[in-house]
Amino acid sequence: MKKVFPLVFALSALFSGQLLADPESDREAFVKYFEQRFPDVALENYANGIYALDKPAYEQWLQIEEFPPYELAIEEGEQLFNTPFANGKGYADCFPDGGIGIRQNYPYFDTDRGEVVTLEYAINLCREANGEQPLKYKKGPIASISAYMAYTSRGKPFAMDLGDDPRALAAYEQGKQFYYSKRGQLNFSCADCHIKNAGMQIRADRLSAGLGHATHFPVYRSKWGDMGTLHRRFDGCNKQVRAEPLPAQGEDYRNLEYFLSYMSNGMETNGPGARK
Amino acid sequence: MASGIRIRAKLKDGVAEVKCLMKHDMETGTRKDTKTGELIPAHHITDVTCEHNGKVVMTAHWGPAVSKNPYFAFQVKDAKPGDTIKVSWVDNKGATDSVEETLK
Repeated sequence: MKKVFPLVFALSALFSGQLLADPESDREAFVKYFEQRFPDVALENYANGIYALDKPAYEQWLQIEEFPPYELAIEEGEQLFNTPFANGKGYADCFPDGGIGIRQNYPYFDTDRGEVVTLEYAINLCREANGEQPLKYKKGPIASISAYMAYTSRGKPFAMDLGDDPRALAAYEQGKQFYYSKRGQLNFSCADCHIKNAGMQIRADRLSAGLGHATHFPVYRSKWGDMGTLHRRFDGCNKQVRAEPLPAQGEDYRNLEYFLSYMSNGMETNGPGARK
Repeated sequence: MASGIRIRAKLKDGVAEVKCLMKHDMETGTRKDTKTGELIPAHHITDVTCEHNGKVVMTAHWGPAVSKNPYFAFQVKDAKPGDTIKVSWVDNKGATDSVEETLK
């Protein structure tokens, strides 16, 4: 009997995954995996992405951080953030605490809307509510505004609370499924690279750990020579495994961000970041 | 804050390490507009000058190969606290920008 029970349990978990989703134990297992895999790396260092695992790159990055390339974006973002809309209102009116120091509360599940709201999504909801055209999601002004908002929240730990809304857990579960699903011609899942092969070489670069992936966005990537949002990065990742990218801030990517951010829950926000 | 140049200068043993980040499009002139197919005219910095207490100590000639929003670092010797470091650029359309920093 003892042996049958786990199997039955596993099967029932398969069929009623939404009911049994337990994000907190998922997160603990996620963190524990990396603790065992890289015992020398302190937990908070994962917020530095690949630089937690790659010493020479870390030293170069420290030099970049002395005069970070995202400074111009923060400045531009502050200006945009404080420029009122045509109706006289501004971004500060849409967000709690005037939009300052709140990055750590995103993404969250909006029970009225019945969907996951990310920071960039909230910025555009704010624009639409005030009769402005929505901004493009992957780069440009939205990345700057998000960078400014992240900058004002630096050092605050991610404080996501999934609550007990079954729809929130369903969204989390969808994001989790996305993360572990194989996709593209190369048949890779997010987890294949960023869990299984974290720290390994992929051509000339090293793969970063999935832990801490969501803390530092938006990001200045040297490859882009520009700022970009997390969903721009998702887009790029999907293209690299030769999958058709999904729309930025569509339901799938928002749920993925929800799951991914939850895996880093409790870590400090350190956006905007600079990456290779 | 009118200047598009961010500057930071650190003084150590009489040598000032000057770092700047310049906001500029740096169009090469070979890029095409994705919608119209027309070439985007070249627009880039051609000369960067550094003045130490009003005396030119460095001139750099730049071309289209320099990246957008360039980062530029160099050292100035015989520097002491209170000295001024002025960095300025001129681009191929004649526009110019400058910033001045006092060493501490």
